[in-house]
Amino acid sequence: MQMLSRAWRHTLVRHATLAVLGLLVAVVVLMSVDDFRNRQLTELAYMALAAGGLTLLTGINGQISLGHGAFMAIGAYTTALLLQDPETALPLPLVLLASLLVALVVGVLVGVAAARLHGPYLAGATLTLAIAVPGIARYFSTTLGGEQGLRVTSPEPPAWFLDALFFLTGTEPSNSQYYAILGWTLLVVVFFLLANLIRGRVGRRWAAVRDDEVAAELAGINLARARVSAFTVSAAVAGLAGALMAIQIRLAAPTAFELTLSLTLLTAIVLGGLGTLSGAIIGSVVLVYTARIATDVGTAQGLDSIAAAELAPLVYGTVMILVILLAPAGLVGSLLRWRAARAARGADRRTTPPAARPTDPHHPDGPADQQRRPVATTKGDQP
Amino acid sequence: MTHLDPRRRRGARAVRLGSLTAAATALTLGLAACGAGADRESSTEESGGATETGVTEDSIKIGAHFPLTGVAAPGYSEIPTGAKAYFDYVNENGGVYDRQIEYLVEDDGYNPSNTSRVTDQLVLEDEIFAMVGGLGTPTHSAVIDFLNQEQVPDMFVSSGALAWGEDPETNPYTFSWQPDYEIEGKIIGQYIAENMPDAKVGLFLQDDDFGDDGEAGVRQYIDDQIVESVRYTSGNTDVGPQIAALQASGADLVLGFNVPSYTALSQLTAQQLGYEPDWYYSNVGSDPALVGSLLEQFSEGAVDGGGALDGVMTSEYIPGTDQPDDPWVQLWQEVWDASGEEGELTNYRIYGMSQAYAFTQALMATGPDLTRDGLVETVEEIGADLGGPPLAPFRFSADSHMGISGVRIVELQGNDTEELTPVLVTDIGDAPIEEESSGSADDAPPESGIPEEG
Repeated sequence: MQMLSRAWRHTLVRHATLAVLGLLVAVVVLMSVDDFRNRQLTELAYMALAAGGLTLLTGINGQISLGHGAFMAIGAYTTALLLQDPETALPLPLVLLASLLVALVVGVLVGVAAARLHGPYLAGATLTLAIAVPGIARYFSTTLGGEQGLRVTSPEPPAWFLDALFFLTGTEPSNSQYYAILGWTLLVVVFFLLANLIRGRVGRRWAAVRDDEVAAELAGINLARARVSAFTVSAAVAGLAGALMAIQIRLAAPTAFELTLSLTLLTAIVLGGLGTLSGAIIGSVVLVYTARIATDVGTAQGLDSIAAAELAPLVYGTVMILVILLAPAGLVGSLLRWRAARAARGADRRTTPPAARPTDPHHPDGPADQQRRPVATTKGDQP
Repeated sequence: MTHLDPRRRRGARAVRLGSLTAAATALTLGLAACGAGADRESSTEESGGATETGVTEDSIKIGAHFPLTGVAAPGYSEIPTGAKAYFDYVNENGGVYDRQIEYLVEDDGYNPSNTSRVTDQLVLEDEIFAMVGGLGTPTHSAVIDFLNQEQVPDMFVSSGALAWGEDPETNPYTFSWQPDYEIEGKIIGQYIAENMPDAKVGLFLQDDDFGDDGEAGVRQYIDDQIVESVRYTSGNTDVGPQIAALQASGADLVLGFNVPSYTALSQLTAQQLGYEPDWYYSNVGSDPALVGSLLEQFSEGAVDGGGALDGVMTSEYIPGTDQPDDPWVQLWQEVWDASGEEGELTNYRIYGMSQAYAFTQALMATGPDLTRDGLVETVEEIGADLGGPPLAPFRFSADSHMGISGVRIVELQGNDTEELTPVLVTDIGDAPIEEESSGSADDAPPESGIPEEG
């Protein structure tokens, strides 16, 4: 028992266990729900993936991006171009990898520029990206399909996958289930890697840059390198999410990657709690399901379709305001804060000093929760 | 806590990882034991059902995606209200073979990723029998493959792109409805060649298939008369450079293949530049009521929207509010009044009603044993003879799923129109333009207002 608990305190073990369990639960759930839920859950997977990438950039490294939808667009267009001819198309894993790499390269370029900018200037620069990328797709209409975009023929699931799943569950997975399982596998694997990255040396550098630039520089951290690397990782993850999105909506078109998408991602991480990967998932859940539920309730109450449709943005806005008023650190963030406060109170009562100051992000051996403490402000944003 | 030697630590990690892998393998095997563990190929699934998806003894469930919110909503969001009013009217009068039509409308905000999502909802969750009138070229592009894969009839897409109807082999379940932009371009092109041979023509085009198809049609007839061709990207509201280029080229007749908001923008910009050519706007962009209200809105009241498009040429393919004495428009007025909905009967509502009428015709013709394939076969077989409100017949056959085959050119005068040509029909490619002779424009609605059975 003691050995188990000691192993549990080991970050990699903890993360790996959670990842494997998460994946098992995901596969079981995905195999037992219908096609529609599967497609909804695939949407959730790519939204959470992109939000996870953004929370790393904004929550952990303190850089703001209003243009993450652009990286999703880059991933989506790469996938669409590579899947144009289903006969000669590369295998799907290679297509996904290529989408990730292209977004990564663009991420490096933008990251280099972004590393010099702060706060509103950085927001402005990334905003330009969000507006320019759909514009580029419209301009090069012969290769990128212009306004109509490129249609994506979603590849069929490979036979080994069907055989494996049939062997495990006794039912043949549908295409929707295949993409849902693919999406959730990617989500779990990427989040596992990100979680380790955030908890490791690289992540601590990012957090140090966010918390106090001067202190970080004095500690020997290369600010620009830390910023560029955070931007790159974040962009690559968004590119992967975009590839999944293209396969799911079977299209890469400029209208799907307008500014709204970038702002939605930002909303997701703010709602969930900046800087926590679980917050990215929770925020995405709220965003994906709120509109649907609001519209359904509206229709059930006898509203006509236009009124019911208009209910969705209303509820969305209300939820946003309520979260900011009642849980300013986001849903997950506020929960963690509340738990930390309760733990601190308990510790005070026992009059033992806390093992590690929760404000010290560099303490190497502090308990997990303190390391995962959400960030309410992004200090690094100030110019 | 003491710091471990990093090497020792790594060793410990490897051991733990190893045991974890073992545990995971055990779990997977356990899961396999719970599953059937059989070979996939050896089991077959029987899916033969007696009834068709979305159809019951007393109902037919259909769906559509429209922009009900967002920038594209003005005008377009009225189309489903018209369609709903007509389906309600049919239901009031006994439905189709005693089945009530249940019409579900989902909002996609003119964003293809939303279209994909709401179509999932309609097809997989609500299990509709057919999609009817889904609107928009980029939006519907996102779902056409899915609908055909799932074998859901995709009737009467609300868009004039060629993609819906020109290739029925690839998309056997998708049918177009309105005249495509290419034949509209051909017909106005021929009209100009014959009646305004000295005009210097400028083109004002939306930078997508809409503009491309229109331009291709126009150029078949007046390639040598075109002095300038400019394009705008939807979303960019500054059309100053484009209009200035047209003015500089000396064009005295501008043909616009654009959406209503860009009709208003181009008019406003031309006024500011003191540019006064003759205008033609594609049917899509020429609703005088909507353009008028947009003009007032964009100019913040400085321009009076009433009569702003007087003297402008456009085309028509169904009778609209400009013909209150037309028997179809009288029927639509009656249907709209009976629906008890707020607002007036607009051309967008008439569009929705005309589409709903065509779908009801197709259902009636298919008969009481309604299946998806049966509906598609019926429309291919008798679609060209459906008649109904369109001024020209549909082109539906096994080889073509293109919609209405022709338009007539008219000049706008207030809310009235003056006919410049009879109804002219043609097809895509180099098909000749001919005068409509089947009398499609003259047929009146049946007494009951509902298409007859059989």
